Amino acid sequence: MKTDIEPTSPTEPPALASSRGTGRIGDKVFLGLSRGSGILLLVIMAAIAAFLTVRAVSAISDDHGNFLTTFEWNTSSRPMVFGIAVLVYGTIVSSIIAMLIAVPVAVGIALFISHYAPRRLATPVAYVIDLLAAVPSIVYGLWGALFLVPHLTGLYKWLDDYLGWTKIFEYNDGTPRSLFTVGILLAIMIIPIVTSVSREVFRQVPQMHEEAALALGATRWEVIRMSVLPFGRSGIISASMLGLGRALGETMAVATVLSPNYLINASLLDPGGGTFAQNIASHFKEADGPARDALIASGLVLFVITLLVNGAARLIIARRKEYSGAAA
Amino acid sequence: MAKRIDVSGLTAYYGTHKAIEDISMTVEPRSVTAFIGPSGCGKSTFLRTLNRMHEVTPGGRVEGKVMLDDENLYATGVDPVSVRRTVGMVFQRPNPFPTMSIFENVAAGLKLNGSYKKSELEGIVEKSLKGANLWNEVKDRLNKPGAGLSGGQQQRLCIARAIAVEPQVLLMDEPCSALDPISTLAIEDLIGELKERFTIVIVTHNMQQAARVSDRTAFFNLAGVGQPGKLIEIDETERIFSNPSVQATEDYISGRFG
Repeated sequence: MKTDIEPTSPTEPPALASSRGTGRIGDKVFLGLSRGSGILLLVIMAAIAAFLTVRAVSAISDDHGNFLTTFEWNTSSRPMVFGIAVLVYGTIVSSIIAMLIAVPVAVGIALFISHYAPRRLATPVAYVIDLLAAVPSIVYGLWGALFLVPHLTGLYKWLDDYLGWTKIFEYNDGTPRSLFTVGILLAIMIIPIVTSVSREVFRQVPQMHEEAALALGATRWEVIRMSVLPFGRSGIISASMLGLGRALGETMAVATVLSPNYLINASLLDPGGGTFAQNIASHFKEADGPARDALIASGLVLFVITLLVNGAARLIIARRKEYSGAAA
Repeated sequence: MAKRIDVSGLTAYYGTHKAIEDISMTVEPRSVTAFIGPSGCGKSTFLRTLNRMHEVTPGGRVEGKVMLDDENLYATGVDPVSVRRTVGMVFQRPNPFPTMSIFENVAAGLKLNGSYKKSELEGIVEKSLKGANLWNEVKDRLNKPGAGLSGGQQQRLCIARAIAVEPQVLLMDEPCSALDPISTLAIEDLIGELKERFTIVIVTHNMQQAARVSDRTAFFNLAGVGQPGKLIEIDETERIFSNPSVQATEDYISGRFG
């Protein structure tokens, strides 16, 4: 009788114990992999920052000019005299011009693709835009130098005629290898990425938010203003930051188009100026040890500017988080 | 304020698929008309043809007439945008504008229709929120986001938003299906009050709800999958639930199918 009560197979494990040990191991391996990659990323970031800082400090202590205010980049003579004032100005101004042109155009294209164009047209347009994002920057640079620059003189003369009195749009008949030209070229380069990201965000606007506006008697534009743009706001900011990151760091296209000097022009249209990335690319080849450190110091500043810009964008997004579409 | 809806020979398509076929009915002003029927019978589609929301869906088109008193909503030259300003709608899932405050949500439709003074807006918002039985719960936090309210409150906010523009007709597409029983009761009470002022059409899957809130009930059915939905009958709610004239209606409400 006693044997009847016993389980039929005493070797069988209790029901709740896992019969598949592999699942546990898989979890552990995956945890290790993902944790490892996370830590590796932080280590690489810290290593870059440390490398930049160490080399930059040694360069700045060798600088016989003022690192922040000197309008000169002379690292082949000893002692070295260099400063980043022109580069800060040129980088920020060309990027601002690029953003002012690119973001409205890109949001417009994205809205056209996601909300206005019939599907037969939207798909090829979206495809072409994505294709543009894959064009190498040197190709943009060559196109900019050989085609865009000569064709901008007319526009710049016109701007000079009507807005020349502002000094900002004064133009003195040089070849327009200027910061404004760089801004236009950068805008063209970042429009695809800003468009692609915005378009994806606009496509994800929940149907029910758009119908809410429609049911109140909103026109198509009013639906976009009431539902699509507010929902896509943080997405547009993220997309713009991706574009801005590219604009701030763009090297070859800027180096190809700009005719650099170490002056800050009142006019955006006259040639001259420089950006961090362009300056590094132009000097790196002939630079020896200390001169390279000077370039690295400027690279560190660009790194910091990029971090600040991204931080600011995150703040903007976080500040209105409780109003974001994610809450609904 | 409230207008009569007179539908005749209405057929609606999604692309080549015929969703509902040859529907004719009259919806009385200042009353609640409920649409019931199994899933896929086209009752929601039919509801959406009453404010021309159906055609927003790609491929959506409609044949037939929908008279609002003496105006055909589908006459040439009628702007669907102005139709929707006259015929309001409340959806299955509460959909307050997530980026707007409670106040802005209620005022959203008014701002589309023209410019109001701040004091006027405040008056209308208060009146609409009171009309939706929500005022007491939100009057101290009108500037907080609408999406922060509970599901039932959000749905009443959507009703406030819809009635703020003083529509002739209020369409409700399963307004309680995402809500708990207490919130559902609040909405049902509200529907009873709103019918004093508006013509109300409500789609519901809940037959007790149809029996509780509506004056007249329409039963929709479809012959089979892929077949268009049809109106089987419409009558006084009491009659539909006690002594319907069609066998299919009786089978449906007694739970024998669907």
